[in-house]
Formats: sequence, C-alpha cells, structure tokens
Amino acid sequence: MADYKLMKGNEAIAEAAIRCGCDAYFGYPITPQSEVLETLMARMPWEETGMVVLQAESEVAAINMVYGGAGCGKKVMTSSSSPGISLKQEGITYIAGAELPCLIVNVVRGGPGLGTIQPAQSDYFQAVKGGGHGDYKLIVLAPASVQEMYDFVDLGFELAFKYRNPAMILSDGVIGQMMEKVQLGPYKPRMTDEEIIAKYGSWATTGKTPDRPRNIITSLDLEASRQEQFNLKLQKKYREIEEKEVRFEKIACDDAEYLFVAYGSSSRICQKAVDLAREKGIKVGLLRPITLFPYPTKAIQEMIGQLKGILTVEMSAGQMVEDVRLAVEGKVKVEHYGRMGGMIPSPNDVVAALEEKIIKG
Amino acid sequence: MDLKDIIKEENLVYSKTKLLTDNIMHYCPGCTHGVVHKVVAEVIDEMNIQEKSIGVAPVGCAVLAYNYIDIDWHEAAHGRAPAVATAISRLYPNKYVFTYQGDGDLASIGTAEIMHACNRGENIVVIFINNGIYGMTGGQMAPTSLLDMPTSTTPYGRKVELNGYPLKITELIAQLPGTCYVTRQAGHTPAAVRKLKKAIRKAFENVGQKKGTSFIEVVSTCNSGWKLSPVKANEWMVEHMFPYYPLGDLKDE
Repeated sequence: MADYKLMKGNEAIAEAAIRCGCDAYFGYPITPQSEVLETLMARMPWEETGMVVLQAESEVAAINMVYGGAGCGKKVMTSSSSPGISLKQEGITYIAGAELPCLIVNVVRGGPGLGTIQPAQSDYFQAVKGGGHGDYKLIVLAPASVQEMYDFVDLGFELAFKYRNPAMILSDGVIGQMMEKVQLGPYKPRMTDEEIIAKYGSWATTGKTPDRPRNIITSLDLEASRQEQFNLKLQKKYREIEEKEVRFEKIACDDAEYLFVAYGSSSRICQKAVDLAREKGIKVGLLRPITLFPYPTKAIQEMIGQLKGILTVEMSAGQMVEDVRLAVEGKVKVEHYGRMGGMIPSPNDVVAALEEKIIKG
Repeated sequence: MDLKDIIKEENLVYSKTKLLTDNIMHYCPGCTHGVVHKVVAEVIDEMNIQEKSIGVAPVGCAVLAYNYIDIDWHEAAHGRAPAVATAISRLYPNKYVFTYQGDGDLASIGTAEIMHACNRGENIVVIFINNGIYGMTGGQMAPTSLLDMPTSTTPYGRKVELNGYPLKITELIAQLPGTCYVTRQAGHTPAAVRKLKKAIRKAFENVGQKKGTSFIEVVSTCNSGWKLSPVKANEWMVEHMFPYYPLGDLKDE
C-alpha cells in the first residue's frame, strides 16, 4: 500500500531528507523556503533517526557546517533561497574544491539583491556556471513538481556521493510553496561509518586509525602544477557526469515542428501551452531538462532536423537560452520568453510569444 | 665514556613529540606556532586520543597545521573553522574536535562564527593564536594590533580615529554562557609553555566531559611581521602585549 500525503514542496524536501537517511541539515530561515527547517524542527528527526538539525547563525555558517559534516563522509544538506545562496557560494566552492558530496537546495526568488519573495528562475547562471570562484560545477537537478522535490533529495545525494561532488536542487518559490500529492518512499536507515567506508572508501575525517594515513580535507595546494593537475581531474569528472547523468523529459515531441525548452515551474506552464497551441494547429513539443548540469545538449541537437524554431521559457531575462543556442549552433532559430521579478507567465502568454517571436518573427 | 654509552633509553629526558610528523615546518624561526603545535600534539598523545581527535585548521599562517600533527584534519575557509567544527562535533559527539585559529581568522572575518559556536556551547576546544598582526598575508593590521603599532596597513601606527581599538575578543568570549573554560596563555618561556600545556590538557579533558566550549588564547609573537629578532620579539610581547592582553584564566567552571 503506497503512502501518499498532501504536502508543500518545501515540506517534501524535509520529509525526504528524514526518509532517505540524511545525517544532518544545517540551515538558516529565508522566504520562500523556511518550511524546510520548520518542518524538520517540528518532526524532531534526532529522536527518530539520529539526524542532526541545526539553525545556524547565518547562511555562511550553515554551508560551512555542511562542509564540516560532508568532510566526515556523512549525508549532509542545506537549503536556502537566492540571497542566501549567494552567501553560501564561499562554502560551495570550498566543498567542490575539496571534492565532498552534499546537497544544497535553492528555492529561487526574484532578484537581484533583496528582490522579492515571489518565484523566479534567475539563479540559473549561478547554479550551472559555477557561482563561486574557480572552475567547478555542481550537479543541478530541476524539479517540476512536489513529487520531484521529494524524489530528488535521494537522487541528489546518490549523485553527490557517486561523484564526490556537491549537488543542487534548483527549485523556485512556486514549487516550494505549492501543495501536491506525494508518494512517500520507505525509510532508508542512516549509513554507519563502516558502511560509508565500505561503499565510498575511507577518505573522510572520522578519526585517524592505525591502518591508514591521516585524512586531510582541504582545497589548498600551493604548488601550481599540482593544482593544475587537480583542476584537470575535476574537469575529467565533469565530462564523465555529462556523459552519464543527463536527464530530461520530452512531451509531444515526435511530430513537433516547434519546441519549447523549459525547466521547473516554467515547464509546467509550457505543458498547458503545448495543449493550447496544438488546439490552434501549431505542432509544438516540450523538452524539459531535469538535469541543468549536465545539460541535455545532445537531446536538443537530435531534434534540430525536425524543428523550425525553439522558444525557451524561463522566469528570467534569458539565461538557459544561451545553453540552447550553444546546442543548436545557429542551425535553428532560438528565442527567449520570460517574466522577471516574481511575475509568472501564463500559458496564453507563452503561446502568444511562440507565434510572435518564432512563427511570425 | 663514549656518546653511544650516554644515548640510551634510560637516560632519555627529551625527544621529538610522537604525533609530530617529520615534515619540516614552514613557520619562521622564533614563531610561536611551532611551540603550540608541539604542545597540542603532546596532549593528544598523552591522553591517547589520536583516533578520536579531529582538528580544524584555519586560513593564515597555520593553514598547513594539518601537515604537522598526525591526526585527521579539516581545512576551513577564513574564519569558518567554528562552523566546520560544530558540524563535526555534532555528528561525532564522542570525538575531540578542536579549531586552531589566528587573530585575523577568529577575531576579524570569523567573529560571527566564533561568537555563536561559543554561545551554543559547542563541545570543542578553540586554540586562538594572537600575535596582533596578519602574518601570512604580509604584516597587515589585525583587530588585535595594539595602538600605535606599525603594520603594513597602519604604517604610522594604529590610530583610534582611523582603526578603532584593539579587540579583546577573549574577554567577550568569556561572557558567553556556552563557554566553560576561557584562558589566556603564552609560550615564550619554559614556565609559560608548561602552563600552556596544562591549559590545553584541561580544555581537551573538558571535551571528554562534554562541558561545552574551552577557549585558549595564546599571546604570541610574529617576529617577521613585527620586524624584530626572535629574542627582541619576545621582549616586545612581554612589554607591550601582556599589559593589554594579561595572562591568566578568565573563566574556569
């Protein structure tokens, strides 16, 4: 008998963390994602699974707690929203530099600066192109439903540990705040130190034992040639992730002459826009990237021959559109339609933009 | 009597500390870091807690502390060591977690992290090296630089109207209820080193007893940054640093 519950996206993140055997959550309240910390505090998972939950003094402290906990080889996560994620960038680049697994949730709101508390998708560049200093990549998952908010916690940890790389769930205020039915998974027990070592190796700061040299978690190497070698190793890892971990969904694409490319809540709006456009006789499909890094470049390229034009729909000034343009290399017309500052496009707006910018334009 | 007849186990009164690695320290001759590293290594060895100890290294001169003491280490970003240590200690409540931080790291960029970790009473040891200057960065003003003290960013000496007052962070820390033991020590004489070792031992024992945060400031020299010989730097510290940063326990509960 499946276990279903009506939940907010943010609550689903918290519930998934407890059920997937997360060892610790360190966070700081910020709208529109505060329910993650609130739900965890109300659920008291330290009594149930031993999971540590701590409200840090700042986002900077929270991500550095994640850095410390991840260095112990534990499943550790944090969540925040745009201005808070900017503060966390320091810790995120250190975590990437030390090659540690962890999960970071960004429930995006409109910016720049303090901006608004309404939803946006304007942190795409920050999430997929680095964000902090240095050459690094996050594994970025983009949920489009409350169910995916739930499912991607476990998936995010799995990918993070597989590649010893920070993973991010890039959500937004729509998905964080809306309520949907969620199928809950079974409880996975938290891994013991012995299980972690058996599965992932003994690289973590668990206390030096006589059978191994001391473990040092660091991103520092003052010798330039070694630092370059390390960077080359990172880049090789990112290429492997691009090869193996691309995830996307195609809707009504078989006979499509036009294509929407949209992720997250914009993809939900585009689903309706596909129906409305097809009622008008426009053969349009939707390609929804589920991983934003690695990006489904090949999936888009494979459709080039059948397409007359592509419209990306994002709640931003046009960020992901650059990756679509890179994918098609000028062979298909690519335009962007989006709203900003917390405004959400309607399906009719999207169809009108397709007609205006792609079909007529 | 030949030398080989003298060098025997039963005649041994001093040897290299077991937990110090064979790596050659990068610290300047006369720097206090070497002394404090040795004392920390001795305490961990004597308490037989090598397997249970996890150090958190700072940014600054001691950034490479992990090269010298044979335990697991986690390097932290500037000022964030208390946050890193918080997580490790919470996930491993039976381990001996300590941070090792300088004055720029702890008293400037990391003031929020140290205040809140101490206020939460995280069950950790904090070792705070205060030499009143930024050593690794090249001798710039620290929050703890004394008034009229010349540094590369206060070439005419630190002035209140430009730079504010030297920060007595340890006095602030001592007021926080999460701390159980707050002390200020030094390492410039054999007697001072013995007192320092006693303090560090007590701090680690406090962790074993889960008493909360133990905080040890070590008033130190930076002869390179101060542009003094090691001997003169010690004399300058005694004459100028100790009056403003007096040695002794501020709190022992």
